Amino acid sequence: MTDFLNALVLLANFVLVPGLAYGAQLALGALGVTLVFGILRFANFAHGDLMAFGTMITILVTWWLQSLGVTLGPLPTALLALPVGMAGAVAFSLLADRAVFRFYRVRKAPAIVVVMASVGVMFMLNGIVRFAIGPDDQRFADGARFVIDARGWREMTGLAEALTIRLPVVITVVVAAAVVVWLFWFLQKTRMGKAMRAYSDNEDLALLSGINPERVVMVTWIIAASLATIAGTLYGLDKSFKPFTYFQLLLPIFAAAIVGGIGQPFGAIAGGFVIAFSEIILTYPFKRFLEYLGFSPESLVQLLSTEYKFAVSFVIMVIVLLIRPTGIFRGRVL
Amino acid sequence: MSFLAGDKMTGGYGGADILHGCDISVEKGEIAVIVGPNGAGKSTAMKAMFGMLRLREGRVTLEGRDITALSPQDRVKAGMGFVPQTNNVFTTMTVQENLEMGAYIREDDFSDTMAQVFDLFPVLKEKRRQPAGELSGGQRQQVAVGRALMTKPSVLMLDEPTAGVSPIVMDELFDRIIEVAATGIAILMVEQNARQALNIADRGYVLVQGRNRYTDTGQALLANADVRASFLGG
Repeated sequence: MTDFLNALVLLANFVLVPGLAYGAQLALGALGVTLVFGILRFANFAHGDLMAFGTMITILVTWWLQSLGVTLGPLPTALLALPVGMAGAVAFSLLADRAVFRFYRVRKAPAIVVVMASVGVMFMLNGIVRFAIGPDDQRFADGARFVIDARGWREMTGLAEALTIRLPVVITVVVAAAVVVWLFWFLQKTRMGKAMRAYSDNEDLALLSGINPERVVMVTWIIAASLATIAGTLYGLDKSFKPFTYFQLLLPIFAAAIVGGIGQPFGAIAGGFVIAFSEIILTYPFKRFLEYLGFSPESLVQLLSTEYKFAVSFVIMVIVLLIRPTGIFRGRVL
Repeated sequence: MSFLAGDKMTGGYGGADILHGCDISVEKGEIAVIVGPNGAGKSTAMKAMFGMLRLREGRVTLEGRDITALSPQDRVKAGMGFVPQTNNVFTTMTVQENLEMGAYIREDDFSDTMAQVFDLFPVLKEKRRQPAGELSGGQRQQVAVGRALMTKPSVLMLDEPTAGVSPIVMDELFDRIIEVAATGIAILMVEQNARQALNIADRGYVLVQGRNRYTDTGQALLANADVRASFLGG
């Protein structure tokens, strides 16, 4: 019995909890991608680097606050700096829209042209971020580290395996849940949110109804950039901040958006968790888990080495596009 | 001067002209119907009156005011409602949300207008929480008409409202349109089902190649031997 409990705790500690946090981070990113796709009708390749940009500002403000001696006690100071990072990312997005995307929108350019333009914006952000904060790993998490640490857990339960819950994970899940609830309330209940859905559904009829497209586009960028910064900051608190990692996050985020059915906010969330758990389960060595269950495997029982985790998103994306191109929740086809 | 009038309208979608000096007008409380063979420019004439194509010559007036230069959005604000032939509802949104979007430009309380639309189309009230995309063709058309009525327009323009619906549904839809006209709204519609449409029309226009061929009351056109032989299949 104890062995069985130990096995469960082991899985919770190494698969369930990290998966929840990573899934929430991907979901927030995928929500931004899916919103931009639904309204502006192109896949925004700059989204990963927009995350890096917003997070970078958050980090810089965090350091500044720390140097002034301002902290949030047990909570990370970054939460205090987050609104500034969001504002920075929003400002950049609106500027990029004015300078780049609107040009193509007015000309009704084909989506692929706009996608290529977004790749250009991506390289620009890439350069700005590396120029400002450098390409290296940055840690900016402060405050309490654990909600439940290993020793506390062992004293509490007497089990050999410990379930540690780190504060950034709790913050990630709580913040992500709050943001998602707010976003759905906004899209379902407010006049602006309904106008956004109407515009995404049928652009011509939305124009006929007097919906101002430039306003809809503006609000979309504000929300997408804010979500990107929140996702990036949570990811950075949970793990660490490195510009290249954020660029790489683009793949699992796109995969999450596609798996859920692009253009579907609910699908983006589900997709985020599907991708996160697939990555973690396929790269987790099940050796110790099986030992607790009475098996004695000789290998690590790891299906894929962690270097291949990006292949997981890629394969899932390809399978979804082949078998069910509309995604789990029947959205738009890319 | 008529309530809504297109006067000597000439123009097209950028290339060759489709309309050649076409006149269309409708009074408040009246139903005007544009009929004619395929490619006669029926829909084009109506779109021209709604500002969806640029006129090279001629003008459009609403209550005596020249609105030729107004965009379709501004014409909606000026009191015109337009129901496109296809893609005329927000399929992923509920019936009620469709109506709310119809009233998007209104800042005042529009619950009474929504109640009127529900009175006119009781089935919509029943299905108000269902996505419009899940409704039947006839019900969708009702949503589309209801959406356009939410701005309390003084003119309602319908582009082939009965395209693709069964004859029974068509009759019902025409009945509703008569009811709408009775509230004092001017109705202009383009119809493929010429005979039934002329039957309810106060005024009928037969267009051929972008020109007015016959203009008369609906009944007179139905009685006209030439019109019957050429356009109504005998």
